Amino acid sequence: MTPGLRRQRALAEYTLAAMARRRGKNIGLVAVYAAVVFFVASAMLFSAALRREAAIVLSEAPELVVQNLLMGRHELMPGAAVETLAGIRGVAGAQGRLWGYFYDRVNGANYTLMVPFDPALIPPAGAAIFGEAIPRTRDHPWLGAPLFLSRHPGDLVRFNAAGQLTAAQGLVSSDLILIGEADFRAFFGLPPEVYTDIAVTIRNPREIDTIVQKAEALLPDARFVTRDEILRTYQKIFSWREGILVALAGASILAFAIFAAEKASGLSADEAREIGILKAIGWDMRDVIAMKLWEGGLVSVGAFLAGTVAAYLHVFAFGAALFAPVLKGWSVIYPDFPLAPEIDGIEMTALFFLTVLPYLAATLVPIWRIASADPDQVMR
Amino acid sequence: MSGRAPLPRATRRLRLVLALFGAGLAALALEAAHARLSRPAAELRMAASAELVRAAGLTDLALFTEARHSRNPALADLHTAFQDAPMSFGHFPSGSFAPRPAAGFGKGTLGFDADEVRR
Repeated sequence: MTPGLRRQRALAEYTLAAMARRRGKNIGLVAVYAAVVFFVASAMLFSAALRREAAIVLSEAPELVVQNLLMGRHELMPGAAVETLAGIRGVAGAQGRLWGYFYDRVNGANYTLMVPFDPALIPPAGAAIFGEAIPRTRDHPWLGAPLFLSRHPGDLVRFNAAGQLTAAQGLVSSDLILIGEADFRAFFGLPPEVYTDIAVTIRNPREIDTIVQKAEALLPDARFVTRDEILRTYQKIFSWREGILVALAGASILAFAIFAAEKASGLSADEAREIGILKAIGWDMRDVIAMKLWEGGLVSVGAFLAGTVAAYLHVFAFGAALFAPVLKGWSVIYPDFPLAPEIDGIEMTALFFLTVLPYLAATLVPIWRIASADPDQVMR
Repeated sequence: MSGRAPLPRATRRLRLVLALFGAGLAALALEAAHARLSRPAAELRMAASAELVRAAGLTDLALFTEARHSRNPALADLHTAFQDAPMSFGHFPSGSFAPRPAAGFGKGTLGFDADEVRR
């Protein structure tokens, strides 16, 4: 062992022995510190995973959605607009979307009824494909049981099960009921040749802005939502949520900062005397600072490790149990999907520097003051 | 001070703490490996969802199903909040978690034709 290494080992051993003398206080410190790291790391991991999930899943959303507005409200789209939009140069295709909401009195859930684009997904008349949560929240007695929906007292519409979407697709489909166009129009009493909105396929993404401009001239009352805007909406929602969580954690971070600074700058009389004695028996300032660096490093790196390891387990093994109620809100239907585990190196590095460095700095400054003072003065 | 023989107890304590740190690092590495190893399955799952989004023509995540106005945040009207009841604006937690538009409101321009507005 080189002398430098032996010196560090001796310092570490001494630091641990000194910390063991104030065991309760130091264990409490690491526990509180780790809890703060845990909360912030959980928020980071959780919203990063949701952002990534939304970006990948919604990358297949329509390039452009066109809604009709009437009196400032979303209105049904006349079928003629489909041809108008399809006629714009650069548009690969336009298709009327049929979707609507249905409030289920039985379980208090809101369903989304929809006619899928893909003919392979369109069930036969009188049948429907259910999202994963619908049989679950309606307590279907067996897989493939028919669904009965009641639009008003005395009314009962039966949909046979033509299939079920998997739980893996739950994030986009848990409350979905896919049915055929004729069933959809009959169920909602919707006249023919009107649509909820129109999805426009555009082959070259660089042409989207130009096409929106042309379409605005043709359909001045319509509102245009591009895929970019859809993606940005979700990036923003989840960033905002992360921000709210971190802001909530801000109070505890602040309290912890006060705690750490107080512990360091207030240096208990014990600790000040200890430093004085060390200096009196021949330690120089470098040794004292190195010893305190060891202490700060052990506390903050230990808390960082414990906090992040626990945060990963919390988010990806236990489904972010602490945050889920906030996200679920009042919903009866909530997609039961596993988040894709991901550790972002850059975010973790940022978290490391955000949590470890301030603590080291907060503890070092007051030590410097005491370590450079006259031992006789400090001990008195 | 470097000449002092280390106390056996102090050495044991240091070894214990270093072992704990090693265990923490190993757990972090294990988690990183878990994230890496579960990536293909997660990508497969997300691809299945993306395929459904394409096939059905979906635009939103089914995360906030509590009310009609919270189900499709990307498409929702700015004015849907009060459609259920006069005080329904802050009914649901998701309402307080959706940020206001970054660009702000009322940034439009007045003009008699498109050219004038563009100027």
